[in-house]
Amino acid sequence: MLDQTRSRFHGLVREDHAAQTFSVKREVFVSDEVFKGELRALFDTCWIYVGHASELRNPGDFKTRWVAGRPIIFVRGRDGEVRALINSCRHRGAIVCREREGNARQFYCMYHGWTYQPDGSVKTVPGEDAYAKPIDKKEMGLTPAPRLEHYRDFYFLNFDRDAVDLKTYLGGATEYIDLVTEQSPSGKMEIISGTQEYDIKANWKLLVENSVDDYHLIATHATWLNYMRNSGVNMTPPKDSGLLLPTRGAGKDLGNGHLTTDNPNYRGRPVARWISVYGEEAKADIDAIRKELVERLGEKRAARVADTNRNLVIFPNLVINDGSSVTVRNFYPVAPGEMHVTAWALGPVEETEAQRARRLHAFLTFYGPGGFATPDDVTALESAQQGYSAWRDVEWNDLSRGMTHPEDQSNTDEGHLRVFWRRWRDLMEKQA
Amino acid sequence: MSRSDVTATRAEVEDLFYLEAELLDNWRLDDWMKLLADDASYYIPPNDKPDADHRYTLFTIADDFVRLRERIIRLKDPNCHAEYPPSRTRRLITNVRVGDSEGDVVPVSANFVIYRYRRGEPPRVFVGHYRHRLKRVGGALKIYERRAVLDAEELGALGSVSFLL
Repeated sequence: MLDQTRSRFHGLVREDHAAQTFSVKREVFVSDEVFKGELRALFDTCWIYVGHASELRNPGDFKTRWVAGRPIIFVRGRDGEVRALINSCRHRGAIVCREREGNARQFYCMYHGWTYQPDGSVKTVPGEDAYAKPIDKKEMGLTPAPRLEHYRDFYFLNFDRDAVDLKTYLGGATEYIDLVTEQSPSGKMEIISGTQEYDIKANWKLLVENSVDDYHLIATHATWLNYMRNSGVNMTPPKDSGLLLPTRGAGKDLGNGHLTTDNPNYRGRPVARWISVYGEEAKADIDAIRKELVERLGEKRAARVADTNRNLVIFPNLVINDGSSVTVRNFYPVAPGEMHVTAWALGPVEETEAQRARRLHAFLTFYGPGGFATPDDVTALESAQQGYSAWRDVEWNDLSRGMTHPEDQSNTDEGHLRVFWRRWRDLMEKQA
Repeated sequence: MSRSDVTATRAEVEDLFYLEAELLDNWRLDDWMKLLADDASYYIPPNDKPDADHRYTLFTIADDFVRLRERIIRLKDPNCHAEYPPSRTRRLITNVRVGDSEGDVVPVSANFVIYRYRRGEPPRVFVGHYRHRLKRVGGALKIYERRAVLDAEELGALGSVSFLL
């Protein structure tokens, strides 16, 4: 008998504890209904990344972008405060600011000429005397996102007024954001200029999985592994270790659907682990970065920051990869089978010209639409999406790796991927 | 321009562009490498900062010669999944201009349209301009710096740039 109280999104994630299997119905990657459900159940209730404080250095600085399907002006007001305003005129809806970025004295709506201050309040309304009452400048201002909070300069908005505060929401993920920001002597990281914006013809959840799935490295990234070997880096797992990669990393549950890999580094880090790819001339400089880190944080914490790679997912759609460079990668579904990806590089504000150049060089070897790895990820995801055309015939994806040892998930197990899917299931099943 | 400056005629530069296009469209990558000076670099600036410097800005591609050589090794490998089977491409190169020489370097520019086809996928059209710097090595013009600047506001539907632009 049909259970009327059950959400129509029930039963899409199947966990069988006896058989130690975990499956996800392929329908979730192709269904229009699931896609629309996600926009409400996830993107209208979760904290969604907007941008980084370093992108708005001066009063009036702004960036326009799409966040959770809405046009947003991310702007620092004359009062210094950072805001996320909905970029739609209160009069008749036109996009008020049509530039990508800049410094604004005011925002001018090209439709009827209403102007707004950088803090969102109305500045002028042409022919104001035609209205029964004078326009309330504050009340009729650009609508701010209901909530905007930040953690260590990472700004998130929330369309649910009743959501828990950002820090509570982030849970165990804060520790992993700290490990990123501690790479800067002053604790200040900055988004580096230059944006990578590209589409993937695949469901957005596949990029969540892919960003933390170390099981795929050997097959998908064979040419990158080859490049590393050619550059003198040892990519061979220790003999008889049973490992697929040179070190054994962990897949971790950080609460509230957030997850991370946590891997002993073997592929070099600008802060601060030298490998041959950087060249001999970089050795002394990276040693000096390491020394500063040890002086500031102590030997143990410095090693934690410098000697581990961490690919972090902030549920639902922000990834911070702290690997051979740091990338902040944000993606949003525009259809069940299509997402827009935006990626930036992040670095300590103190970096010298040589250090910054080294960071960017390391970034581009692996990451991004022209890297040696990301294009193959895109191909893998698009290929999976094509495979899901047969979702009625081959119904389930398998994510059972490591189900036999749930307390000790390695990075090539799928325990951390299951963290995402359980949270996804819980939020979707709550949806009417 | 001093008397010692390297010069090149437009016909000569066009020949180089057209030969390059032919080699790339036919995936003759080792032969293409022979058109490069041995310290050549290859850049695709990010779409939002087309005039930026790769030392301070995150590019789409910023290869020094070592990485460019590795990129060719990758592109020839069947494990380069994004380009296996290799895309079919066709490059149209026009508006070739030769700039004023700067010592041993000749700056040249051209417009390009590159059509890229893969089985079962809509065609992708990469439009932009080249800003190359050429050098004369043993009498022959070689590409010393290769810069492909895309006109698109963002890569968007172009997706990855997995083949050589």
